[in-house]
Amino acid sequence: MTTPAYPELNYLNATHGIRSWLLTKDHKRIALLYLISVTVFFGLGGMFAGLIRLELTTPAGDLLAADTYNKMFTMHGIVMIFFFLIPSIPAILGNFLIPIMIGAKDLAFPRINLLSWYIYIIGGSFTLYAIVVGGVDTGWTFYTPYSTSASNTNVLPTGIGIFITGFSSILTGLNFIVTIHRMRAPGLTWFRLPLFVWAHYATSLIQILGTPVVAITVLMLAAERAFGIGIFNPALGGDPVLFQHLFWFYSHPAVYIMILPAMGVISELVACFSRKPIFGYSFVAFSSLAIAVFGFLVWAHHMFVAGISPYAAMVFSFLSFAVAIPSAVKTFNWAATMYKGAIWLASPMIFVFGFLGLFTIGGLTGLFLASLGTDIHIHDTYFVVAHFHYIMVGGAIMGYLAGIHFYWPKITGRMYPEAWAKFSALAVFVGFNLTFFPQFILGYMGMPRRYHTYPPEFQVLNVLSSAGATILAVGYSIPLIYLLWSLKYGKVAGNNPWGATGLEWKTQSPPLTENFTETPIVTEEPYDYARQGAHVG
Amino acid sequence: MSGHVSPKSMYFTIFGALMFFTALTVGVAFVDLGHLNFPVALAIAITKATLVILFFMHVIHSSRLTKLIVATGFFFLLILFGLTMTDYLTRGIQPNGQKGSMITQH
Amino acid sequence: MVQQKESVTLGMWVFLAQEVMFFGGLFMAYLLYRVWYPAAWAEGSQELDVMLGGINTVVLIGSSLTMAFAVRCAQLGQNKATRNWLLLTLVLGLVFVVIKGFEYYHKFEMHHIPGADFVFHGPNADQIQIFLSLYFMMTGLHALHMLIGFGILAWIAGMAHKGRFSPEYYSHVEMAGLYWHFVDIVWIFLFPLLYLVDRVHHVG
Ligand SMILES: [Cu+2]
Repeated sequence: MTTPAYPELNYLNATHGIRSWLLTKDHKRIALLYLISVTVFFGLGGMFAGLIRLELTTPAGDLLAADTYNKMFTMHGIVMIFFFLIPSIPAILGNFLIPIMIGAKDLAFPRINLLSWYIYIIGGSFTLYAIVVGGVDTGWTFYTPYSTSASNTNVLPTGIGIFITGFSSILTGLNFIVTIHRMRAPGLTWFRLPLFVWAHYATSLIQILGTPVVAITVLMLAAERAFGIGIFNPALGGDPVLFQHLFWFYSHPAVYIMILPAMGVISELVACFSRKPIFGYSFVAFSSLAIAVFGFLVWAHHMFVAGISPYAAMVFSFLSFAVAIPSAVKTFNWAATMYKGAIWLASPMIFVFGFLGLFTIGGLTGLFLASLGTDIHIHDTYFVVAHFHYIMVGGAIMGYLAGIHFYWPKITGRMYPEAWAKFSALAVFVGFNLTFFPQFILGYMGMPRRYHTYPPEFQVLNVLSSAGATILAVGYSIPLIYLLWSLKYGKVAGNNPWGATGLEWKTQSPPLTENFTETPIVTEEPYDYARQGAHVG
Repeated sequence: MSGHVSPKSMYFTIFGALMFFTALTVGVAFVDLGHLNFPVALAIAITKATLVILFFMHVIHSSRLTKLIVATGFFFLLILFGLTMTDYLTRGIQPNGQKGSMITQH
Repeated sequence: MVQQKESVTLGMWVFLAQEVMFFGGLFMAYLLYRVWYPAAWAEGSQELDVMLGGINTVVLIGSSLTMAFAVRCAQLGQNKATRNWLLLTLVLGLVFVVIKGFEYYHKFEMHHIPGADFVFHGPNADQIQIFLSLYFMMTGLHALHMLIGFGILAWIAGMAHKGRFSPEYYSHVEMAGLYWHFVDIVWIFLFPLLYLVDRVHHVG
């Protein structure tokens, strides 16, 4: 096999200068703008997490005062959820890949795509401003009436930041929906679409139907805080539980904004590295839509102890169990795809195995929380913290890293050092489990979340958790180094280093600005690994 | 959706109907229908909105996809209302079948 | 060109679905407190002027009619007529906002603006403040949408003035129309929900 040449002309060197990046309408360049800004927020959120874990290595509150600690976990949550997890896979990988996967030159509305990034940056600036001038301490959930009439921290600028950023998410979703409907190449029917595209279609539905509700809720919260009116204030006749209903109407589905795109990545990688067509393609495709719809029916499982009616709690508990079904469908289909496949343990696939293990634990522990009896015992304990980190960090970030590694050669045209990537995957997996598994036990034993001190008998598990966080930090940091290194020194990747199917691997790496020299015509079924064999290069 | 040009008379007819329903909803508001005043006002508003959507916004001549999007928007709105009110309207009802007051007033 | 136009139409409808949910949160709050506080809702509603609200309903539905004609003329390639209908729509919209402004000003004079200056006597004062808070947020957000609409109408009218539209190229007008009709629909719900609560038992 000859070493492929690095393409002379591509989207990275098509035009030069900072203006050509900041005013670009190329979906691939906008994806890279997101990659940079999202990484900055990830680092910031990680820093807050580090301080939290440092404080919790000892039972006493010796590093951070209670107020400061409250701000740390609040800003950790806000930054990680609204500014890292929600845009991570859709705005970076989705943006980069969807047009290429469907054989289009760009998204349907390239200018709106750029606008989305600017809205994200403006919203992020408001939130950064709030952090710099002293932070906010309400918890990322902004529960009323504390957030509206008691907290003396920067609730308003943070809220405005989140309100603004929401529209970035909405516009990205809108762009994807229209693109997937209207821009598919000839022959690319719905059931020939990569499952990554299906997953993003479902994600977009949630972004469009859910995000506006949290936006208007934050607006009501801001009005209440600014003018002292009583929509959510029980002292003035309002109902704080209404705020929770409206907040979780978005914020439960928001978990699926984070996890569905990761599931899309996993579907691609499982098929590629097993060298088999995905088992039960249409089940996996429709389970994405099912998750998007059912995800809207379960939100009050966050409110079982908030005073909702027992009857409603039973309904929401039942529905929460039901939403596990489509996720299980996906997991079983991935397992069936790998069954008797010739699995290639390349570094992205190691991340996939990490995802499968952690997401499964996260999903199954979710069932404990969905059942009314156990939830009362473990509500607001570290069990919940561990559960959602298994989904959102173990699941979503593992999927994100798997995707970044898998598509890095397509994005940059170069390979990263495989051994380091495997080491990173291993460090993340080990570090993650060491950080969060003890928290299940802590929570079960009754350690509440959101306190900066705890009884001494919890210290051993907390020290384990903090030690794990250190390993996790190393696991997250080394890709930053070797991926940057690979930009200059990495081996030239060629069009298709993984021997994968799909239009994105038929064009050059990095692609041309217009993605393809001529509009592709699709005649193959998806994931046709049997026929295509594994020609790498 | 694109090419279809509706006759002017259609627009006038719809406008007339909307005016009629506006007058009706104001008129009916001053008639005692007991608990029915609110449902009737809502029904009239839904009728008016439907007329605007179908004829002024040409959904009646639009693709199935457009119809689906309109339906999806309102469907999820109903999920928001319906499941939230599932909580509020069952406050006080115990799972064992005992019934308290339907409406919790603070 | 057809491809592009269909994308724009689809994008607009998706945007409007988003708008439904955006207003939806306020309607949800309205629904809950209407169920909880029927007496305060009735009392608060009496503070609104049915006459002015009714006139505004007629004005706004009228502007939807003129907007529909603007789209129709654009479909037929009649640029001058399109421009005139758009300007008429804009004028009707302005009438609506001016009347709304008078209503707001009256509330200001009565100290019925929720917040620190809010004055209301009687046992339901707090609940009525919630009613009026929702009144101001719902109508305010609606008015904000109209103000944005004015900008769009003026821009499109300018395009029509320059003779830009033809039977093959008029999606700007069509999109502006969809947006404007949506704003009209929001008002169609706001009027009975805010102005006409339990008028029977509170005549005068
Ligand atoms: Cu949830």
